Amino acid sequence: MTGALAHPVQASIEGAFEFIFTPQTSNVTGGKTVGGINQVIELAANQIELTILALALSLLVALPLGLYLGHRGTGELVATAVGNVGRAIPELALIAFMAALIGVGVLNLTIALAVLGIPPILANTFVGIHQVDRGTVDAARGMGMTGFEVLRKVEIPLAIPTLFAGIRGAAIAIVATATIAPIAGVLTLGDFIINRNVYGDDGVLAGAILVALLALVLEFSLAGLQRLLTARGLKLSTA
Amino acid sequence: MSSPALLAAVGEVGKGFVQERSSETLPCQATDKLFCFDWATNNIGRYETPTIQHVELVVISVLLGFAVAFALALLAHRRRWLQPPLLAATGVLFTIPSIAFFFLLLPLTGRGRDTAIIALTAYTLQIIYRNTIVGLANVPAAVKDAARGMGLTERQILWKVELPLARPEIFAGLQIATVSTVAIATLATFANGGGLGEPILRQGIDFKTNLIIAGGIAFLMAILFGLILFAIQRLLTPWRRAEAT
Repeated sequence: MTGALAHPVQASIEGAFEFIFTPQTSNVTGGKTVGGINQVIELAANQIELTILALALSLLVALPLGLYLGHRGTGELVATAVGNVGRAIPELALIAFMAALIGVGVLNLTIALAVLGIPPILANTFVGIHQVDRGTVDAARGMGMTGFEVLRKVEIPLAIPTLFAGIRGAAIAIVATATIAPIAGVLTLGDFIINRNVYGDDGVLAGAILVALLALVLEFSLAGLQRLLTARGLKLSTA
Repeated sequence: MSSPALLAAVGEVGKGFVQERSSETLPCQATDKLFCFDWATNNIGRYETPTIQHVELVVISVLLGFAVAFALALLAHRRRWLQPPLLAATGVLFTIPSIAFFFLLLPLTGRGRDTAIIALTAYTLQIIYRNTIVGLANVPAAVKDAARGMGLTERQILWKVELPLARPEIFAGLQIATVSTVAIATLATFANGGGLGEPILRQGIDFKTNLIIAGGIAFLMAILFGLILFAIQRLLTPWRRAEAT
């Protein structure tokens, strides 16, 4: 599984692109071909699926909790501690350990990846909601808004930048770590990177390019979504 | 078709095999036990080299990252038009997963520790750069005016007034960057960069004791580095302590 030290590197950009678009003959799969656009799409789909599932699970757990704690203004210590400790979790050990403990497969990996996604979303949601100006919240209450209305119409819109910083951080961590999912039995684009002896150096480089592109596309999509969800008035004031 | 699925299958077979034989006749590391204390106490020395390598990866990457990001932040503080492009550029480096970054460097630097350090350094840039910029921007204009009134030059204002006041944000950035880098450096082993990911990848997912020790050392290292940086920040911002008490 580890790349052998002795082999000279035989990767080139051209080779990597050829690997992405045309199937190649591999010397270890008994003449079976590897690479090519079909396999790329298959593995990319797995990685996207895994990322979306894990991000959705993280949001499902962390968002309501962060909103609730931030709105109430309680649990600051818990929310920030979870955020800080979450950052210290070593990705490789987490995936390997969760796979060993609860088994391999998409569902188990989704849970393992959500462990990485929950802390940044929880901490940022809490901070974003909590730091909304008290005067603004009081004004909203004075206008007769209920607690839920204050949260929905005032606190969440004002917290969007901080909230999204957490979601984007979670998404990047999840898509990055989904790259090593093959060690836990789910084949993602990381398989090209990890299994050099199957795909060769061109395959490794191709995998790296594809994973980098996937992460950037995800980041730009979320940045776009953030723009859409930012209230028009707020966009004007920051421009 | 590919080996992980195969390995997983072999792992399943092995598990059944182990459970059939009673665990008493087998050494702990061949069983499904969560943690083997005897094995751990006898083999803890194996983790010394990976731990040292891990510390080196993190310290070198964060120091390099700080040098570059801090310089960029000072430059962008002077020339404001540089801020958006620098934020975008460091953002791209931050977004590219480290494990992909290692191998994007494959045609340039091959495999090894230098490759891992370059990728980890690139990852830290955005966090340190952004926090330094924010810290400098948070210095009240009145404070700078007062400094100017006292006859300080722009250079003196930067080093004697702005940067000391920006220390909390700068250290927060360093802390986040360091803690994250400790965690991510476990992936350096994919690029033959050593570190605590090495024993994990070598022994596979079935030997839990190994996973717990290697992962535990990395986790505690991250927490420890975080606490050390927090302590330094407290030492360097005495006025904050005065405020708090």
